[in-house]
Formats: sequence, C-alpha cells, structure tokens
Amino acid sequence: MNTDIVKKIKNRRLRSKLITYLIVIVFYVVVQILINTGNLSSLLTGLLVPICVYVIAAVSLNLVVGISGELSLGHAGFMCVGAYTSAFLSNVVGSALPETLRFILAILTGAVFAGLFGLLIGIPVLRLKGDYLAIVTLAFGEIIKNLMNVVYVGIDSKGLHVSTTSAMDLHLEPTGKQIIKGALGISGTPKNSNFTIGVILILLTLFIVQNLIDSRSGRAVMAARDNRIAAESIGIPVTKFKLLAFAVSAALAGVAGVLYSHNLATLNTKKFDYNTSILVLVFVVLGGIGNIRGSMIAAVILTALPEMLRFLSNYRMLIYAIVLIVMMLFNWAPAAREWRERVLSRLPFGRRKAVGKEEV
Amino acid sequence: MKKLTKVLSITAAAAMAASMMASVSVFADDVFTIGAIGPITGAAAAYGTSVMNGAQIAVEEINAAGGINGYQVELLTADDTHDAELAVNAYNDLKDQGMQLLLGTVTSAPCIAVEGEAANDNMFLLTPSGTAVDCIFGDNAFRVCFSDPAQGTASAQYIGEHGLATKIAIIYDSSDPYSAGITEYFTAEAANQGLEIVSSEAFSDNRTDFSAQLNKAKEGGAELVFLPIYYQEAALILQQAASMDFAPAFFGCDGMDGILGVENFDTSLAEGLMMLTPFTPNAEDEMTQNFVKTYEEKFDGLVPIQFGADAYDGIYAMKAALEDAGATADMSASEICDAMKASMGNITITGLTGEISWDPATGEPNKEPKAVVIQNGEYQPM
Repeated sequence: MNTDIVKKIKNRRLRSKLITYLIVIVFYVVVQILINTGNLSSLLTGLLVPICVYVIAAVSLNLVVGISGELSLGHAGFMCVGAYTSAFLSNVVGSALPETLRFILAILTGAVFAGLFGLLIGIPVLRLKGDYLAIVTLAFGEIIKNLMNVVYVGIDSKGLHVSTTSAMDLHLEPTGKQIIKGALGISGTPKNSNFTIGVILILLTLFIVQNLIDSRSGRAVMAARDNRIAAESIGIPVTKFKLLAFAVSAALAGVAGVLYSHNLATLNTKKFDYNTSILVLVFVVLGGIGNIRGSMIAAVILTALPEMLRFLSNYRMLIYAIVLIVMMLFNWAPAAREWRERVLSRLPFGRRKAVGKEEV
Repeated sequence: MKKLTKVLSITAAAAMAASMMASVSVFADDVFTIGAIGPITGAAAAYGTSVMNGAQIAVEEINAAGGINGYQVELLTADDTHDAELAVNAYNDLKDQGMQLLLGTVTSAPCIAVEGEAANDNMFLLTPSGTAVDCIFGDNAFRVCFSDPAQGTASAQYIGEHGLATKIAIIYDSSDPYSAGITEYFTAEAANQGLEIVSSEAFSDNRTDFSAQLNKAKEGGAELVFLPIYYQEAALILQQAASMDFAPAFFGCDGMDGILGVENFDTSLAEGLMMLTPFTPNAEDEMTQNFVKTYEEKFDGLVPIQFGADAYDGIYAMKAALEDAGATADMSASEICDAMKASMGNITITGLTGEISWDPATGEPNKEPKAVVIQNGEYQPM
C-alpha cells in the first residue's frame, strides 16, 4: 500500500517532467514549421533567441527563489560573467577552431566561470537570510558589472595584456587586437546563437533543474527552505545544499549570458544592471515561485509582449505595464484565483480532485 | 483538473507559437521606404525624438518638391529605448514593414548591434549620430556625425589652438562607451596640444552626486572642465559646481546638446558653456533659419538640436546618393545598398551641419568641426 503511493507520486512527477519537455518541443516544432513556410515575420524570428535567453535565466533563477527560497537580486551579474567570458573566448580563439567546437567551448566556459562566481559569492552571502541576502546579491550584481566596466584586455604576438585604466596602457603592438574595451565592452562576437541551440540549452537546463529538484540534494534544499531548524536537527548541512543550488543556478544563468552575447554584435555591461535582474525575477513571480513551467511561459509572454505592442508606438510601455499588473492580479490575487476555480469547476471536465499545492 | 492543466498548457504553447504568425506586409513599389530607429522613450529620448523630427521635415520637403527620382518617400519610425537588444527588434520590425534604407540608429551601442544585422542583410545604414567607431564596421554603413576619436581629438585641438585653458579636468561616465571613447582620444591628443590634465574622474551611470569629482577638479586648479557626457548629468554637474563656488569654463561634446531643454534646470548656470557641435539654431544662413522656423512651427515651439540637423542632412544625403545611382523604388533593399555604396563616395552635400562628403572605404564624413557657446540662454556660434 505504502509503496503504491510512492510509485504513484513518482509516476506523476515523471509525467509532469515529461510534459514540460513536451511543451518546449511542441513550441519548437510549431515555430520551425512557421519559419519554413515563411509565415514568421523578421521581428518574431529575431525574438526567438532572446526568448531562449530569458527562459533559461528565469528557470535558473527559480531554482534559487522557488526551490531554495532565497530572494536573489543579482542574477544579471552571473549572466554578465557568462556573456563576457564566453565572448572573450570566442574572440581570442577566432577561426583557429571550427565554429561548432568553439561555441560548445564558449558555452562551457561561460557556465564554469559563472558557476565559480556563484560559488565565491555564495560562500559569504548564503550565511544571510531573507532581506539581507537580497540586498547583498543586489550589491554583488553591481560589483560584477562595474568590474567588467574597467577591464581592458588586448592580445598581440606577446600574449595577453590587461589593464584597468585605459586602452593606451595596454601597450599593444600595432598588429595587436583589443578584445575587451572597458565600457565599450566587446564587439564583433561571432553570431553563433540560433533558435535550435537555444532550445537544446533550454531542454538541458530543464533536465538539470528538474532532476536536481527530485534528487536527494533537491529534497534537502527544500527541507532547509521549509524549516531550517528541523532540517539542521536531522543533520542536513543547510549552507552546503543552499550553496549547491546557488552555484548551479549561477552557472545556468551564465549559459543564458553566453546565448545573449553570441546573438548581438555588441556587448556591454549596461544590459546587466539590476533592471535585468528584476525583469527575470518578474518572470519567476508571475509564473509562480517554484513553478518551472510557469516561469518559462511567463518569460515567453513578457519578452514577446512589448514587441507585439509596437503598433501602439509611444503608449507601448504604458500598456505593457498595465497588462503586467492585470496578469499578476489575475494569476495570483486570492479573489481572482477563487473565481478561476469556480469557473473551472463548472466546466464538465473540470472535476477537481483534492490536489494540494501547485505541483513543482 | 490535472489533465485539463496539461491540455491547456500544451495548447497554450501551440497557440502562443501560432500567434507569432504575423502577416508579412506587402511592399509598395511606388515609394522609397526609409526606416528610422532611435530612443523615443527613456533617458536618451531627446536625441531620438529630435532625429525623427528632423527626418520628418526633410522627407516632407522632398515629397513636396516631387520626391526622389520621381518617387515619393515614406518614413517609418521605431523606438529602441537606447537598448541594443530592443534596437535589433525594432530593426526587424521595420524590415517587416518593407524598409529599404535605414537612418539610424541614433545612439552608439544599439547602432553596433543593428549594424551587425544590417551588414548581414546588406541593408544601407546611415547613422545620423552613432559616434562609436564600430557603428559602421561594414561597407554598407555610413555616418553623418564625427566619430568618438574624431570628437575627442577635435575637442583637444580646439581647446589647444584657441588657447581656452591649459589646466584641464575631465569628468566622464566610465560605463558609457561614448563618454569613455571620447575621453580616451581627448587624453591622447591633449598631450600633443600641451594641455595639462589635472584630474580625470569617472562616474558610473545613474549618478546624481558629483561633489567628489568636482572637488578633485577644484583642488587640481582646473581652468576648464571637459565634460564628454550626456546633458542630464551635465546639468547636475553645473548645478553642483555653482553651489560650491567653483566656476571654471566648461566644455562638452555633442551629447551636451539639449541641456537648455532640461526641465527645472536654471539655464543661467549654463552661461559660457562651450560645446563641440556641428549645428547651432542661431546661425544666420538661410537654410538654418528656414529649418528652425519649420521645426518650431511643427513641433510646438521646440528648438531643434544638432541631432535633428544631422538627421535632416542624412535624409538629403540619401536623396543625393539615390539620385546619383538612379535608383528606383521597386529595387530591393540589397540592390539599393549596392548602388548606394558606390554613390556615397561621389556626392557632396551642403547641409545644416556644413559641407559634407564621404569616404566610401571607411564610411566617415569629411567636414569642418564647429563649436558653439551658450550666451543669454541661447546657442551662439563661436
């Protein structure tokens, strides 16, 4: 009897995971059909990679905010690390390696460096809780951004030159090439990102995040989130598990950064300020904290919406803000949720079983 | 319910994908379609709006005078909020609407990103005011304004040659490519001009307190403070310098243009402010006077800034090159671009910002630098 229930829960979890993958694949197939039949406008074709970037960022942030229960406001900082390290690699390697191999290397580099930064930052930060943690992550995000802003790196026959003052201080040979130009950032990164790679990375992200959640470590993280004292009392090393979730989340954000930097011809730190961190947090909150599928859908809608509203010209951002408020209320206001349930239960196939919380 | 959610979410995904199907617009072949991209909202909105207005005046004049090669001109505009990613979206949107030539983008970082796309598509790009070197890296791209290196070097030369000061302080925005770029070349040229840089202080975006930077400049005994920054911060710097009784000369570049339009800014503080800009609305030639008059009538008494003039010249440059190439409106964007690449080197136009010709190899303009000074609350040529 008992094992039956366990099996049932396991099956349900598995099915839920598979459905998440299926949604991504269906989306991919439909978009591919539209592209191949010439029915997708340039605007939307251009939006596909940014959508992948934000979906990965949102899913990875959900790991910290939803599963680990810590409010992080510095997610854009990790995207920045991934974007810069990978763009740097691609520019240094240039055409010395075949394109595919170079891009795979770039993705790995971005993920590893962002993960390392996550680990380094996590060690002091995760000793804090709640509001304190939020403020400190915000500060770290800004520090990363400002660090990248003063770095000048060039390369010539003698090797790498690094400076933190100006391009002149690099003392490059005339044939040398400046790669990171301080506030000017990196330009001329090869455009390797495309929708197919984006979707593969989303699937990989989902695979990592969903399996982490269902693993022993994931349950330990959630136990620590729900009751830290109880978790500690049974011997769970809370900080260690939180650090794990934080570092994995940072590494995945780095992957989003890689995708971003290999999509545009220019990269500078302005994009990675707290506005972007907040934007990603909005995806997570709108989609439902802890709800992976929800944050994916929210990221798609909120990235595409302002572009679909272009015909409204100057009123675009005003309408966007109003739509955001309405969606947030409709999704999460208690009264709206009750109303939704009432309406759904009246539908013939809407028989409601005693299901507890939103599934994860 | 569970099943329902699943069914719902899958159909939602499919529906979302399907909703992305937007009708690809029909290209009209009896008009030239020019797209303009720039920040119409956000912190840099003054520039974008000015460019759109200047371009609109030029297009209306051209249409009233019979168009280009007998074809009328249509101007499409799109907002990029000074963000590289959104600028690419705006570019794609205009492409969907049948854009054949691009005037833009207005600001540097978005321009580099858009040029990355435009170079791939072989779309002709003429930026009125994107100053970063990389803005026009492809052979499809040209610019109306000076580049950052040219502005930094020209500012130092101007200060040196006119003997404006010898002790210089610089306050710049290290997070902004435009500001950091000018500072780099200004510093290099200052050494050649015998100028002494007593302090070079950076700030990063969204700063509102500049007392530390101003104190450094004051302690160094600066006679002139060089401000290669945008007008919003410059307005704050002028206010704070006045409140600490620090009154050196101030010198800015084209980003300073627009300072007299800042809300709640005491314009008397800007008296004596000098800036390197190719256009002043108080110039006495007939062309400028007509442009300013039309602009004020059309846009509720707004005085045009340099960006509007750059855009106006940009549209006329496109007209001259299209006529030189004998282009017709039914040509595709790529065909027009190929024709323009050759023709841009042949033309010389006399515009609001002076006599301009282009180097087809680099895409850079050849023209004289000009400076203006603010006197009695107005821009005066120096």
